[in-house]
Amino acid sequence: MPLLEIEDLSVSFTTGDGEVNAVNGVNFSVDRQETLAIVGESGSGKSQTAFAIMGLLARNGRAAGSVRFDGTDLLKLSPRQLNKVRSREIGMIFQDPMTSLNPYLKVSDQMAEVLQLHEGMSKKQAIEESAKMLDAVKIPDARSRIGMYPHEFSGGMRQRIMIAMALLCRPRLLIADEPTTALDVTVQAQILQLLADIREEFGTAIILITHDLGIVADACDRTMVMYGGQIMEQASTEALFAKPTHPYTKGLLAAVPRLDKEDDELLTISGEPPDMSRLPQGCPFTPRCPYRRDECPTIKPPLEEFEPARWRSCHAPVPEVTS
Amino acid sequence: MYVYIIRRLAVAIPTILILVAISFALMYSAPGGPFNSERPLPAQVMANIEAKYGLDRPVIVQMADYVWGVVTRFDFGPSFQYTDRTVNDVIAQGFPVTLTYGAWSALAAVVVGVSLGIAAALRHNSVLDYFAVGVTIGAQALPNFVMAPILVLIFTLWLGWLPGGGWYGGDWEYVVMPVIALSTSYMASIARITRSSMLEVMNSNFIRTARAKGLPMHRVVMRHAIKPTLLPVISYMGPAFVGMITGSVVIDIAFSTGGIGQFFVNSAFNRDYSVIMGITVLVGMLTITFNLLVDILYAWLDPKIRY
Repeated sequence: MPLLEIEDLSVSFTTGDGEVNAVNGVNFSVDRQETLAIVGESGSGKSQTAFAIMGLLARNGRAAGSVRFDGTDLLKLSPRQLNKVRSREIGMIFQDPMTSLNPYLKVSDQMAEVLQLHEGMSKKQAIEESAKMLDAVKIPDARSRIGMYPHEFSGGMRQRIMIAMALLCRPRLLIADEPTTALDVTVQAQILQLLADIREEFGTAIILITHDLGIVADACDRTMVMYGGQIMEQASTEALFAKPTHPYTKGLLAAVPRLDKEDDELLTISGEPPDMSRLPQGCPFTPRCPYRRDECPTIKPPLEEFEPARWRSCHAPVPEVTS
Repeated sequence: MYVYIIRRLAVAIPTILILVAISFALMYSAPGGPFNSERPLPAQVMANIEAKYGLDRPVIVQMADYVWGVVTRFDFGPSFQYTDRTVNDVIAQGFPVTLTYGAWSALAAVVVGVSLGIAAALRHNSVLDYFAVGVTIGAQALPNFVMAPILVLIFTLWLGWLPGGGWYGGDWEYVVMPVIALSTSYMASIARITRSSMLEVMNSNFIRTARAKGLPMHRVVMRHAIKPTLLPVISYMGPAFVGMITGSVVIDIAFSTGGIGQFFVNSAFNRDYSVIMGITVLVGMLTITFNLLVDILYAWLDPKIRY
């Protein structure tokens, strides 16, 4: 049984313009100690998928379907039961480390409360453990700096603190929602390395949500590409990069700038991301797709396993190209 | 921090001096005086009176003398109107009254306002929220000079529960209506500020982090959301507190409480300069003190503020 198994997950928001679907019937799973990348542009539903798993949707949002973690459907849990899963079984880190820590509380207080709550530790013991964890994420001089406030740390350091805080209870799954987007490139590499180390050291499965394909190539076992709240393609990272078969994946990979080619033109996917309140009935990528066929706007292509461990949702797959 | 407090206090002293000087100059330049009446007094009598109060001296000497008295002895001088009383006597009579209903009003405004605001924000877009918003808008729109007679009408004339005015040493039944009339609009403002501040805080990223940690909702609110929510409330509370504890002319007149507001207005009509000055300086000092308290509280709550 996979660690996390998501079936037919949908997320919708009630807004002034009516019901908006951010995620439409998504199916995927994460195995123990595996790293899965969820890739997509802004508004593709990748972050909302993560928030739905953690029960952190905005107040006007609703999730349907099932999110089974180790056999338990998280969507059916009471708030109280869900609080026992959060942080203890599933840790989460966020996009913006500058605002994700409480600016009014010392780092020691923010970290210790997790252990006090979930492990019943005394405050002293909890701070001791937290300092050890800060050591583990390579914060220099952790023991004395743990008493400082978040604004006394740099962005990269704050993201390390977030990671340490998420790992305190040794969760079996860590969800990282664009953990490096707000950071400098050099710091990005350090954080990604840290996530790789953590997986080795703690055996944590990781869902890495990103729009940066460069990150995915090194760090993840499997990659799932989302567009318009749906899964377009899913495969081992290696296979996906070697031969993308979905027109959208192909466009994404072609848009990654490369230094080893003469051509210095930046390729883009023409058109704009879809308006989530007015999605086409069929495939959401239809208006931007160079390979579209007559049935694409009206009939939704099913997600099919067209090769062992490779799924794709497309009526008009690209003839397998090597990039 | 201590250096900051001392520096702020040092700045407060010239501020008060300037306040005293400006109010003195304004009083002095206004035409007429406390001893002018329809039938002019004989020149000799006038000269005697002026000599008694030291008004025959050059204005600069008068002012220096006044400031010296205030600073060294906290003595605001004699009243020009009541020959047997000093300004200190007037303040000593009126200020405790004002302070009593003012302090209760401040307490009520903060406790009710903050709780109502937080409750409304946590139940955003619920019946409770709409109720709170409606009531606070209504309360802010209703001036206290309208509120006071309505209260008297309901609680005194119809229900007969409370006396319609007076003070009598501040028994609770004399305090209730002045407190309601004075605190309602402050309460409404505090509730609205708290509500919007709380809504903003609850949507912030660090609250999402706190929820992701598995903290129960009450811990998220009490530990993570309360402090940032209250910061804008506190900056409003400085001037609001001064407004309440220095009372209101309207309250004193509507309920005949005999607070300092009443003396202030009467002294202005009677050109009782020393009383006007005394009350002005008192309010000025309180304003400066409360602003300082607010700044200190701010620094204590927000670790990013360092002086």
